[in-house]
Amino acid sequence: MATRIPGISELSTTDLPVLKPFLPRSSPQLHTSAWLAGFSPWTGLLLFLPLMLWPFASHAAGNYTIIDAFGTLWHWIPFLLKSGFLFNVIISLFAMLIGTAAGIVLGLGQISKISVTRKISWFITQLFRNSPWLVLLFIVLLAFPFEITVFGVIIMIPDWMKAVIGLSLPIMANISEIVRGAIMSVPTAQWEAAESLAFSRQQILWRIILPQCFKRMIPPWMNWYAILTMATPLCSLLGVEEIITLSRQAMEAENNHPELLVPFYSFALGLFFIYCYPIARMTMYLERRYAVKI
Amino acid sequence: MTSKSTEVIVSIKDVHKSFGELEVLKGVSIDVRKGEVICIIGPSGSGKSTLIRCINALNDIQGGSINVCGIDVTDPKLQKLELRKRVGMVFQQYNLFPHKTALENIMMAPTLVLNEDKETVRKRAFALMQKVRLEGKENAYPGELSGGQQQRVAIARSLAMNPDVMLFDEVTAALDPETVKEVLVTIKDLAQEGMTCILVTHEMGFAREVADHIYFTDNGVIVEHGPPKTFFTKAKDPRTKEFLSQIL
Ligand SMILES: Nc1ncnc2c1ncn2[C@@H]1O[C@H](COP(=O)(O)OP(=O)(O)O)[C@@H](O)[C@H]1O
Ligand SMILES: [Mg+2]
Repeated sequence: MATRIPGISELSTTDLPVLKPFLPRSSPQLHTSAWLAGFSPWTGLLLFLPLMLWPFASHAAGNYTIIDAFGTLWHWIPFLLKSGFLFNVIISLFAMLIGTAAGIVLGLGQISKISVTRKISWFITQLFRNSPWLVLLFIVLLAFPFEITVFGVIIMIPDWMKAVIGLSLPIMANISEIVRGAIMSVPTAQWEAAESLAFSRQQILWRIILPQCFKRMIPPWMNWYAILTMATPLCSLLGVEEIITLSRQAMEAENNHPELLVPFYSFALGLFFIYCYPIARMTMYLERRYAVKI
Repeated sequence: MTSKSTEVIVSIKDVHKSFGELEVLKGVSIDVRKGEVICIIGPSGSGKSTLIRCINALNDIQGGSINVCGIDVTDPKLQKLELRKRVGMVFQQYNLFPHKTALENIMMAPTLVLNEDKETVRKRAFALMQKVRLEGKENAYPGELSGGQQQRVAIARSLAMNPDVMLFDEVTAALDPETVKEVLVTIKDLAQEGMTCILVTHEMGFAREVADHIYFTDNGVIVEHGPPKTFFTKAKDPRTKEFLSQIL
């Protein structure tokens, strides 16, 4: 064929002008969101109650009571929120922003007409999609310098920024797959109709193909945001200040009473639930809506 | 029918086309003069779609030559976009852009490809909607239109580029019997206005009525061709006879 559309004409075979269900290859298909959205709002939170009550049962005899433990938690909550969870949110937002921007470029690279670009984009995508996130985080944290000098000005790079880079890599790779999958879900017939009207490849992509599959990319994209947010505590293993790191430090400051463990970590778990649950519900809602109509 | 000039506008000479090992076109030659209506008929899989897709370079060819409006389609430096501005194509499955209204579907290519003034194009698009008898449906999305209506928008969309040649690939094959007629009427109007048309069709009555010349293809070759009168009544080749007996 004179006008092969690499990665598209070869694999997409239908003649019909319909959008096929969009299945990004072998990604955990909204699995996380589906699971999370499966809770009803209150049972979700109620699940944490037994956890919180656990100290009553096991340490009722100690002189550091569960009341003390909750009092301590109460005392630390503003700090945990402002200096801790806020950073989880900030890290997740920046990582998502960078990951999305880079992922779109990489995804378009995967359907490039230039075979070298296509292969390199594919390789980068697969590499970061299939690497453990923690390993990526370690590499970035250790490989990046503590400071860079720009025009004689020394700029310190805080650890959380490195964490952003580290987490944006797997996001980039997964967004790349979403973009590629969405573009491929548009039937070849749309490309051919546009080609026969003398549209250029750029015009076809930006004016005809992407507008059709844009909405379909939103649910999987949001799904990855929820996954990313829930992965931000990984940064605590690297000493980045976020909620888990600070919870540990707070407990240390409170003489490491074992009664503190469950209230503190349950609190963190609850926060993640409260933050991610609406996103998951929204994801599933949009998924259902866009599945019916384009 | 309008008088035909003798100027050959599409010249297909000994075209060979293969998909890998499979040779689909085995030396096909057709000349189409300006204003002529050509119908290509033949059994499914005989290479009809492949042939007309070669004319606007959606498929490339391995042998022979194709010349459209003076543009050599086999030229390695072929400006595909220039060729496609001259050749309109309508598909079996309409292939309208689902995220655009009927009017936007028609306006897109002239504004974006030909860089024409938007208001001029809008006027032309309204006129075209009228021409294909769809006035009032300008703001409907393809999903809100019947198959026959979508196909007429698709025809208008191609016409908006002011092509010299129109290609139709079994454009009524996916339609309900009731809506087939409205599309055929549209094409007939075009033919009578002197548009050069190359049609692949199974509508024998229509072919007999509007075609200047009919080509019967089987297994990648043209078995027999001629003007409708002689073609339908005096077919000589047994393959043609068998095909016609099945379809008529
Ligand atoms: N893109 C393609 N790749 C491989 N084989 C193809 C392709 N398109 C068509 N063919 C084959 O070419 C032959 C002719 O197809 P086609 O031109 O669509 O026939 P028709 O339109 O007459 O039914 C068929 O055997 C078909 O399977
Ligand atoms: Mg066909």
